[in-house]
Amino acid sequence: MGNVIVWIVWLAAAGACIGSGVAVVTLTNPFFSALSLIGNLASLAVLYLLASAEFVAAAQVLVYAGAVMVMFLFVIAYLGGRADAPWAGGPSWLRLAAVGASGLLLAEVLVALMLKAGGRLSDEAQITDALGSPAGIGQLFLTDHLLAFEITSIVLLVAAVGGVVLGMRDTDAEGADA
Amino acid sequence: MLGPGVPWYLAVAAILFATGALGVMLRRSPLIVLLSLELMLNGSNLALVGFSRLFGEADGQVFALAVMAVAAAEVCVGLGLIVAMARRRLPLDVDRFAELRG
Repeated sequence: MGNVIVWIVWLAAAGACIGSGVAVVTLTNPFFSALSLIGNLASLAVLYLLASAEFVAAAQVLVYAGAVMVMFLFVIAYLGGRADAPWAGGPSWLRLAAVGASGLLLAEVLVALMLKAGGRLSDEAQITDALGSPAGIGQLFLTDHLLAFEITSIVLLVAAVGGVVLGMRDTDAEGADA
Repeated sequence: MLGPGVPWYLAVAAILFATGALGVMLRRSPLIVLLSLELMLNGSNLALVGFSRLFGEADGQVFALAVMAVAAAEVCVGLGLIVAMARRRLPLDVDRFAELRG
């Protein structure tokens, strides 16, 4: 019985995930695209929970669907009123090539997974409750992956400085353009 | 493990990644290109979490969190670029930016 419920929740979350992902790409209004990306991130958080990645799910909702998407919506509102060019220009064979290339990418990944790793993917390791808990993740971050943790902080610092530099009012260039 | 096995997670991850790649190639607005990039990053995150479940080790989840931080940095710089473009009254169309000249 529990298994059936988990399947139903998983299928609903995966369907919402793929549907909102397609909506992000196809909707012409960037505001609605950003809103469907929020739905996509929320349904991904459900999938993370079902894969026993509780801390990643919480961080996904807090950091991604919360902070990052608010920044996106803020910029879209700031740029509001601009007509959005829906599809890439150029001849239509370029568009067909884009669709073909991403279809081939999907087929390649799926075939590689099923042919090369299909047998090994079914025997899952037994897990304990500690997998994905904040304590376990923090332990790994501060012991095995300390270097990655520190480099992440430097990356964020550099990005923040870059954002400030990009946002500075460039008086010379604006005077020349105006 | 209750519910679907790891191959199902990987299939959803592959579909998300391909959808994001399609958006990056197909759309003109740099805002939607950034949104599609987020889709690709999330597809890879879902694969990382799925493999972390397969092996019963949390290292994949740690890497997914690092990817999240990198995505936040990328959005910070990317949105800064888009706002700088809009302030200079440049067209928001990636097809029109074909040369690296200020």
